[in-house]
Amino acid sequence: MAAQPQKQPHRPSGDDDAAVDASQPQSNPQASQRAQELDSLLDEIDTVLESNAEEFVKGFVQKGGQ
Amino acid sequence: MDRRVYGVETEFGLIHRPAAAPEGVVAGPGRGLPPDELARYLFRPVVEFGRSSNIFIPNGSRLYLDVGSHPEYATAECADLLDLIACDRAGEAIMHDLAVWTQERITADGFNGQVYVLKNNVDSAGNSYGSHENYLIPRTTHFRRLSSILLPFLVTRQIIAGAGRVVPSDTEREAHFAFSQRADHMWEGISSATTRSRPIINTRDEPHADAAEHRRLHVIVGDSNMSSTTSLLRYGSTDLVLRMVESGVPVGDFELENPIGAIRHISHDITGQAKVRIRGGDEFTAVEIQRGLLERAQRFVRQHGAHHEHVQEIFELWERALEAVQTGDHSLIDRDIDWAIKKRLVEDVANRQGIGFDHPRLEQIDMAYHDVNPQRGLFHLLRRRGLVNEVITDEQVQQAMVTPPATRAAIRGEFLSTARAYGAECTVDWVHHKLVDRPLETVMLKDPFATEDPRIESLLARLGDPSTQLRELSVAERQQQSASVALSDRYVLAGPAAAAEPPLI
Repeated sequence: MAAQPQKQPHRPSGDDDAAVDASQPQSNPQASQRAQELDSLLDEIDTVLESNAEEFVKGFVQKGGQ
Repeated sequence: MDRRVYGVETEFGLIHRPAAAPEGVVAGPGRGLPPDELARYLFRPVVEFGRSSNIFIPNGSRLYLDVGSHPEYATAECADLLDLIACDRAGEAIMHDLAVWTQERITADGFNGQVYVLKNNVDSAGNSYGSHENYLIPRTTHFRRLSSILLPFLVTRQIIAGAGRVVPSDTEREAHFAFSQRADHMWEGISSATTRSRPIINTRDEPHADAAEHRRLHVIVGDSNMSSTTSLLRYGSTDLVLRMVESGVPVGDFELENPIGAIRHISHDITGQAKVRIRGGDEFTAVEIQRGLLERAQRFVRQHGAHHEHVQEIFELWERALEAVQTGDHSLIDRDIDWAIKKRLVEDVANRQGIGFDHPRLEQIDMAYHDVNPQRGLFHLLRRRGLVNEVITDEQVQQAMVTPPATRAAIRGEFLSTARAYGAECTVDWVHHKLVDRPLETVMLKDPFATEDPRIESLLARLGDPSTQLRELSVAERQQQSASVALSDRYVLAGPAAAAEPPLI
């Protein structure tokens, strides 16, 4: 049943994975700036999306249109 | 035709998501308000303004609830591509205004959670809803020639204008990223039905113009675009292909053996290597067919001249999109073309979280890309951060919410706004203008390019002298009137007839 707690390989609230990403090459200042911008973008996305992706997707059901 | 009237009709997805259950509480499958009830909420300001859920509004466009409780917005008829794109984006802004109003209202009525309006084309249960384009074409256009050239163009157009889709796995395929939202929902090449059979080109012939001169080409295969740049390429390239069809020049033969098989085959191969068979047996990729049409269009414009100021920009985008698909270097267009913008976003999220295309988070990203909410929608989030290129400004969209384009829509808007200011009941549709008290004086306006008409002016003169009696309200004043500035009166009676009233502050 959908009432089961959802499997989530990554809790949206936790930022453990970001630490892994941060180990990417930092010698190139441009690349590191891009990486920072990307991190900031993805963080913002996490704040606007409903945390339970599966429920959101399954719940988005419309009637057919024209 | 060197001048053409365009329009686009968008059906929006609408959903209420109740708030998640508190931590530790096992929630049932979250159900919000049912679609029809939610749609009724959403359209309450529309009904309040126009006393119906199917109305024309002062910017000349039409708002209505369609089959399946989809809120739908049909742009006014436009004669310029950027007007069309701004008018379409104005529809998104109106839906957002209505959603904000609905959000406040349902909260006051005791429901928690959020209201979403999505400008996409598929839900998670396989239902589809559309983005229908209208192009005015001469009645003399040979229909067989039209379909033999236009169908292969439309079947392959998804690689330059698709909105992209995260496709979950099924029994036949792994989860993957596809060019198009709508491709899997097209069942026929050409037909007169829309709901039952979903043809790429719909032949129902309601020109909303002089039927001896024109027909209205109704294309229902397109994805709803978020990017204004993608929209420019989508409508601009289609217009160029139509221009060649109408002129009678040879355009080459790409007529497909199986258009419906081809449109799906192409959509699901993001490498662009999928080949489709044309009549006669040769096989081409979508890039080869598009390039064939692009080169002929470029040759045509070299010989006959550009018919509007965006032609070179359209050619540049068109070429670059084909290059991106052909080489697999999608970064060439990941600020310009919806599918590539979305694909990059989906890949960035997948890489960061270490998840594959079958993870619901990526389907959610796909849907959220189309959220019309400027704070929450992911396309808008990218736009705010300067990560996508736009061809229109926010000011143009604001303007398009209240101002009709310079076509017949300007007459409709003026008629509607003037009659309302005098408190005179009126009805309009694409062609007719009627004061309910004067049914015999109804004016039919068959020329969609007309921007003024003396018959309408004399009909309005029956109500009074608009030039001295009406005062035009500022946008700031209009914003106070309603849930959306698009549902506000443009004029107020300020002449002698209203002299006894206290001045407006």
